[in-house]
Amino acid sequence: MTELLRVESLSAGYGEARVIQNLAFALEDGRSLAVLGRNGVGKTTLIDTLIGVTTRFSGCILLAGEDIALLPPHVRARCGVGWTPQERNIFRSLTVEENLTAVALPGAWTLKRVYGLFPRLEERRSNMGRQLSGGEQQMLAIGRALVLNPRLLLLDEPTEGLAPIIVDELLAALRELARAGLSMIIVEQKPKKILPFTDHAIVLDRGAIAHDAPSAELLADPSALDAHLTATKKAPR
Amino acid sequence: MRAAQPTATTRRLEAHLHRRARWRWPEIVFWVAALGAIVVLPSRAALINEILIAGLFALSLDLILGLTGIVSLGQAAFFGLGAYSAAILASKGFADPTLGLLFGAAIAAVLGLATAPLLLRGGDLTRLMVTLGVSLMLGELANRNGWLTGGADGLNFSMGKVLGLFPIGFTGQRNAALYSFAALFILFAVARRLAQSPFGLALAAIRENRLRAGALGIATSRRIVAIYTVSAAYAGAAGALLAETTQIVSLDLFDFHRSADVMLMLIIGGAGYLYGGIIGAAVFIVLRDVISAATPEYWEFWIGALLVVLVLIGRERIHDFAVRAASSLAPDAARGDAA
Repeated sequence: MTELLRVESLSAGYGEARVIQNLAFALEDGRSLAVLGRNGVGKTTLIDTLIGVTTRFSGCILLAGEDIALLPPHVRARCGVGWTPQERNIFRSLTVEENLTAVALPGAWTLKRVYGLFPRLEERRSNMGRQLSGGEQQMLAIGRALVLNPRLLLLDEPTEGLAPIIVDELLAALRELARAGLSMIIVEQKPKKILPFTDHAIVLDRGAIAHDAPSAELLADPSALDAHLTATKKAPR
Repeated sequence: MRAAQPTATTRRLEAHLHRRARWRWPEIVFWVAALGAIVVLPSRAALINEILIAGLFALSLDLILGLTGIVSLGQAAFFGLGAYSAAILASKGFADPTLGLLFGAAIAAVLGLATAPLLLRGGDLTRLMVTLGVSLMLGELANRNGWLTGGADGLNFSMGKVLGLFPIGFTGQRNAALYSFAALFILFAVARRLAQSPFGLALAAIRENRLRAGALGIATSRRIVAIYTVSAAYAGAAGALLAETTQIVSLDLFDFHRSADVMLMLIIGGAGYLYGGIIGAAVFIVLRDVISAATPEYWEFWIGALLVVLVLIGRERIHDFAVRAASSLAPDAARGDAA
């Protein structure tokens, strides 16, 4: 299997603040990577850096062998990086269909295929973005990233703040994407949701990789998960 | 990078935008009423002409503020430049109004293209100051180059006939209004087409979230430069129309109050749907005309009061109230409008 993404010595942050330090990892084409960690350890910064909306201090980001670290976000998107941010940021004054078609690029992911993945979106295709529920907005945000026909899909906490029934629906869709061979990097605070269908996982701590293992291995070792992900408790006074 | 090719999705988008681009009957009524007003009220042709020109000027601001979310306090720079360009061209013997109109728009577009990169950095406050600064600079340049612009005395000139047939200006107020109407309608139709195109959708995406639009593959800077240039051309065309139909230009065309007034008109009429500027211009100028006749010292007071009411109550509520009132009076018509 060929390598799709290689990140080397990547340090980045916001303004002058460095949030991630010297990160290095790789992702093979068709595989998916879970990025885990507590709040504030740099998960979102990593995703934001891959799409190009942070300050990069050093390191390179090779997408299919080509360094995209100096490219602006719109060129990265056209090179095949799709992004679903934590805030979703759907275009509220456009309809569902306009949200999708405004940015679509040619490829296997057509409008019809997105509607197949998320039938709710087809039902609400004429509704404005602002009329959607949180779950529908998340589906639209993922659908909008898919119609870019990305080679790599970045998902930042896709299930955050959603009702359990919607979370299940979304996870089923992500599982299907993983099965279809779409490369994904998924940031999540609740590892048990995504480890079952991702191939590999990294755990971040204070901007660096604290643990790196196959997802199945991490899932089978709850103590390792707890050690890295449980918030440090303050000692009683 | 992948090249764009027509796909099922793009064909679907085109069909969708084509449906959206169809003219609806309230729009047709709007334009017929505007044309009818010129024909039926020849004694008010000068006032109508002023509304049409101000409407075009406000439309130019709507293209950047309403469609794209780019604030500006410097539209007067393009308005004044367009007016002076047409006036200078006419004073040099090229008195054909349509030529002057195109020339004024083109020169303003060049300035828009040259200054658009200044808008790409910083936030709203930066943009307000940059656009205001450009406008002040242009005004001072016009003041200092009296050999070309007439300086503080302004510039008087004569215009030829439109298409060699219709005189405009003081001897042809109704022709002037018809000429402005034709220019406004054509430019409005172009703006409407632009708004209902993939380019227009991209502008809407930029207005909503520029960062996100960029991360979805939209070249935001290029599109902002493009729409700012188009907007400058529209403001230049409005300035050229004013110069041609009044046959005088003066330094007050670059004044800050022009930029502020046009912002006011757009806020009164509502930004982002293209008709707002024209409606706002009509409300603003008619109110100014009516109120200043009744209480000359207080007309700005009432305009200010209207602005406060609009902002506090919200245009949506007033619009909803009007729609409910219309549907209770004529349910069928209201349903047709909604469709």
